Amino acid sequence: MTAGIGRILAVVVALLCLMSPPALAVDPVELDDPALQARYRALSHELRCMQCQNQSIADSPVGLAGDLRREVRELLVEGRTDAEIRSHLAARYGDFILFRPQFNARTAWLWAAPGVLLLIGLVVAVRVVRGRAARADATDDEADLPA
Amino acid sequence: MTRFLLPVGLFALLVVVLAIGIQRAPQKNIIPSALLGKPAPAFSLPELGAPGVTFDSSAYAGRWWILNVWGTWCVECRAEHDMLLEMRRSGLAPIVGLNWKDDDVEAQRWLAQLGNPYERVPVDAEGRVAIDWGVYGAPETFLIDPQGVVVHRHVGPITAEVWDAEFRSRLPRSDAPPTMPVPDADTSVVEPAPAGAAS
Repeated sequence: MTAGIGRILAVVVALLCLMSPPALAVDPVELDDPALQARYRALSHELRCMQCQNQSIADSPVGLAGDLRREVRELLVEGRTDAEIRSHLAARYGDFILFRPQFNARTAWLWAAPGVLLLIGLVVAVRVVRGRAARADATDDEADLPA
Repeated sequence: MTRFLLPVGLFALLVVVLAIGIQRAPQKNIIPSALLGKPAPAFSLPELGAPGVTFDSSAYAGRWWILNVWGTWCVECRAEHDMLLEMRRSGLAPIVGLNWKDDDVEAQRWLAQLGNPYERVPVDAEGRVAIDWGVYGAPETFLIDPQGVVVHRHVGPITAEVWDAEFRSRLPRSDAPPTMPVPDADTSVVEPAPAGAAS
């Protein structure tokens, strides 16, 4: 009898575990078309929630994030491309809403900075290494002298 | 000695750049509106407390006007309310109060109790118009010129200082009610409809 209850409890716990992921998700809405749903998931993770600025609209329970998700869904269903949806929202909220900013005159330095810094680092490294090599040669020469 | 000059110089430069960054940080909390210098998004919405009446933003073509985004759930909106009443009294530009995701009954009670600073009150129950205007928190206040261009946006409550520096300074100085410039290029613009249903 007790073994039976134990088994039932185990099944109930297992079922509860199965139910938890949807319960944890902020956004329970699913689009009918799986392809659209995949694009919706991806897009909503790369759009910033403007009220709670370090979360995406997919992760935020705030009202405005929900409104923005609805906007994205409607644009997807209308048949707009990802790029069109990104610029649609950037035209209203500015580049700040995009976690991955578009490349334009204002963001050029942002995208170029890592490359430029890497280049500076390489130049410095090459100069240091060459300087050391030259000095090592010089000391080798000196060491040779007494012999 | 000279070999330290470059790194120390670079370090000093970095210190200066970061110091400037820190000093300017408070202003950076406010995200500049993407609409500045662009045409104000047109919209039409139902009017608060007037069933069947539609607010249409084209009614304000050819005039300076102010769009104030508010809700009774918004604490800072209460803080700026007296200033809005004062702005209305100045008669410099009509204020349109976009009631954002609010309860109609609560909103009407709010205006009845505290006084109504608005010429018209369109109701944005679903928050679609707010998205078109790039609104991310109430209160937000926009200044629109007679050509329908968004000239300024202020985030947060309006104080006397903000009104003077950011709004009044941009508005044409006149003791008379704002004049109606006659648009000659575009004759299709209809005369701004008198806000018959409002007030």
